[in-house]
Amino acid sequence: MGTAYTPGLKVSPRTLVRKFRRLPLKGQVLVNSGDMVEPDTVVAHTQIPGVMQTVRAAQILGVDSAGLHNALRVGVGDVVTASQIIAETKSFFGLMRNEVKSPINGTIELISDTTGNIGIRLPSTPIEVKGYVRGKVSEVIPDEGVVVETEAAMIQGIFGVGGEQIGEIAILVSGPDQPLTDSMIDASMEGKVIVGGSNVSGAALKKAISVKAAGVVAGAIIDRELIDFLGYDIGVAITGQEDICTSLIITEGFGSIRMADRTFNLLKSLEGKRASINGATQIRAGVIRPEIIVPLDIAVSDDEVADPVQYLDIGANIRCIREPYFGQLGTVTGLPPEPVVVPSGSTVRVLEAKLADGQDVIVPRANVEIIAQ
Amino acid sequence: MAEINIILATDCGSTTTKAILIEKIDGEYRLSVRGEAPTTVEAPFDDVTVGVLNAVREIEELSGRKIIDDGGLIMRPASGEKTGVDLYLSTSSAGGGLQMTVAGVVKSMSAESAQRAALGAGAIIIDVIAVDDGRKDYEKVRRIRELRPDMILTSGGTDGGTVKHLAEIAEMLLAADPKPRLGLGMKLPVIFAGNKEARKPFMDILKEKVDLKVVDNLRPSLEAENLGPARAAIHELFLQHVMQQAPGYGKLSSWTDSGIMSTPNAVGRIIETIAAQFSMNVLAVDIGGATTDVFSVFDGTFTRTVSANLGMSYSICNVLTEAGIANIQRWVPFDSDETDLRNRLRNKMIRPTTIPHTLDDLRIEQAVSREALRLAFDHHKSLARSLKGVQQVRTIGEIMDQSETGQTLVKMMNLDMIIGSGGVLSHAPRAAETAYMMMDAYQPEGITMLAKDSIFMMPQLGVLSVVHPEAAAQVFERDCLIKFGHVIAPVGNGKAGDAACTITIDGSDQAFKCGTLTVIPLGLGETKEVTIRPGRNFDMGAGKGKPVTAKVEGGTVGLMIDTRGRPMQLPTDKKLRISKLQEWHSSLGLEVGG
Repeated sequence: MGTAYTPGLKVSPRTLVRKFRRLPLKGQVLVNSGDMVEPDTVVAHTQIPGVMQTVRAAQILGVDSAGLHNALRVGVGDVVTASQIIAETKSFFGLMRNEVKSPINGTIELISDTTGNIGIRLPSTPIEVKGYVRGKVSEVIPDEGVVVETEAAMIQGIFGVGGEQIGEIAILVSGPDQPLTDSMIDASMEGKVIVGGSNVSGAALKKAISVKAAGVVAGAIIDRELIDFLGYDIGVAITGQEDICTSLIITEGFGSIRMADRTFNLLKSLEGKRASINGATQIRAGVIRPEIIVPLDIAVSDDEVADPVQYLDIGANIRCIREPYFGQLGTVTGLPPEPVVVPSGSTVRVLEAKLADGQDVIVPRANVEIIAQ
Repeated sequence: MAEINIILATDCGSTTTKAILIEKIDGEYRLSVRGEAPTTVEAPFDDVTVGVLNAVREIEELSGRKIIDDGGLIMRPASGEKTGVDLYLSTSSAGGGLQMTVAGVVKSMSAESAQRAALGAGAIIIDVIAVDDGRKDYEKVRRIRELRPDMILTSGGTDGGTVKHLAEIAEMLLAADPKPRLGLGMKLPVIFAGNKEARKPFMDILKEKVDLKVVDNLRPSLEAENLGPARAAIHELFLQHVMQQAPGYGKLSSWTDSGIMSTPNAVGRIIETIAAQFSMNVLAVDIGGATTDVFSVFDGTFTRTVSANLGMSYSICNVLTEAGIANIQRWVPFDSDETDLRNRLRNKMIRPTTIPHTLDDLRIEQAVSREALRLAFDHHKSLARSLKGVQQVRTIGEIMDQSETGQTLVKMMNLDMIIGSGGVLSHAPRAAETAYMMMDAYQPEGITMLAKDSIFMMPQLGVLSVVHPEAAAQVFERDCLIKFGHVIAPVGNGKAGDAACTITIDGSDQAFKCGTLTVIPLGLGETKEVTIRPGRNFDMGAGKGKPVTAKVEGGTVGLMIDTRGRPMQLPTDKKLRISKLQEWHSSLGLEVGG
């Protein structure tokens, strides 16, 4: 229970970022350890085998499955083109013909005596994995991919949608408590990562997509507006595959919540810089949070960038992440060792804190996250 | 086997690894201490044994017994100097558990039997493919390719029946060329448990592409289901393929005295064992953050289902999506704002480890749990049913009755016990809250015992029941179950104020009106003989208005009398509904919040 609190999300002006860039199947790695890569550098590629299409040849010809062999015009391994005759029967001295044509370009993989079907495999599809962040290849995983390392500013969001995008950071609000509205967004935001304050409206998101912005970052979003934006409900927080050109990253939660000052100020300091962002979120074991990475143009040095371990100690800055103090910041003033009964009736480990508004409160340790110093 | 006096068992869950120590004291096996630590399957540890050793170290501290040697291994056997253990066992559901696709010829027959086999072996089913499932072939091929299961179970055709359809399923798998979830470059394990005459054509089509294992047909005839060989094959492949790919499991396997068992498989084993030992019909549920497992044994038939996306944290918004906000709000005992409620649930989804601080928050989570439990139970009832397609000899009366094959096996009036486990049920601050959630979600009928697994040790006891059933049964009975008491619930409906039943206890009659919930004090281990006379529209199992005499047992809540009707109907008017919910909370001694 000593770790019964939520580690804070990373909001760091300088940290060592290591990104695994892996193929879904074994393939070929195209870069070497020590190479410098850009976000759009192809680091590995492979071929995804095509799907096999089944043609019900015996059924089309009106012969039994075992009789198909007499009608075949191709064999296993033959390459065929669309509309090529692959099986035919003739009757009445060749006057009546029945034929089966290949529906696709591909290779014959199966001729079945049992079903009378012919299987034609589509050609393989090439797929590529790119570098995603500017940095150095620190490790090559043979046949699978690479690790790209970079010294960068990094901000993790709490939830996002949409995949990897690259764009320049543009701040469109005056402060962390100002909501992002559609009227703030115009055509100049094409390819940019737009930063809002406390909230992003559904209309603003639609406008960001219409001008082809790379991403939107804001404190919060109202549940209903996200559903309207996506056109469907998200039941489980496993995202990243949405077919949208603008990725969304929220940093605080659902509703309307002022973006943490530390997050907003860091983003503001990075305005105009090129960021690699990813809305992909997986809140399960092996949690993945959305991220904004801005590589710094300095060499990687292990000793200077190691992140301090976050401990829940007296004096630690915290943020409450559950009602009744949801979103409020404070400082830990006490860590009673014994479990305490809270208003819900549960007996839990708690901490004592002084909130920013001066209130002294008791909060379950599970309901706070530490804010890095 | 040498005498077993000290047993260590661990369960590696997705987030927490739990260890228990069982000791034989004065001839009885009892739970001695428990410890827990975060699971370490993920980076930076990438080794499940780190979490196991941390949990065992907590056991060492609490028990004063030295279990881990200087080399970091579990010492065996136990010695007189409080050192070592005699037996070490483990279960696991970490790393996403066992994810399977099943395939069959007919959706409601062989594919359904395949589902039961896979679920019974502890799997999460990610898709059910059948020749008649209504999808186009290319849609099925695309789906098989996208999902990347841990293994596929294929069934279909009675022995001597269709061969062609099974060959077509093989062609579909060949077309998709599916890859396993874990182990880049490995072949996908496929189990063939269909018509034995289709084995050769099936193997001829697929042998180069997949790692094929052939077992006896799981539906050899329409009248028979033979799930044992398929379940055993799944367990074996789980150990050989899935577990070997998971970080640290090779090492953990070498430590245990029996293979690592998947957690739901182990829970199923203990439920089956206990139902057989006490000749009971049992329903058990484990509601977690991501999934809800339901187990039942009715008249000796075991069924397990898992609702992969119904849970109280990671999947809480899926409960919202599936049940709808109105169904959740109907259980909240105060006026609640829809937008606020939705945002609260979303925030729980993205910060799943937070806990209710206020009473309002607790009541909202408990409202969600009722819907998660109800939906998972509906799913369970749809799969726990008699075999479809069985030819029956019927009398004229039975034909007129229009009863079909494929009826659910879940008969609530015949149910003896409901066991709840999982955070929202096990950690509810008050016992009456857990009993109340179970009553609302399951609506037990007649006389049913409600209980919970005290510290969720059913997985460890399940794997123990395989190697030492006596120890497992003793600990289950004495330390695992916490009984809340029997609930008496007459079936039927009546107007508020009408008599639902009269109960004779200790020679005096007590009348209970419709729409009420009452607790009669009756402590743990205390029993009473009661006679229940239901009202003329109510049934206690002997027919409408017919009395029933039974021995009832109390528990940490007491003897509960639920006359709210079956099926239970909440008032549609919001004010009236909230007022009734507040009345029922009060009857159970619970505050409302709001």
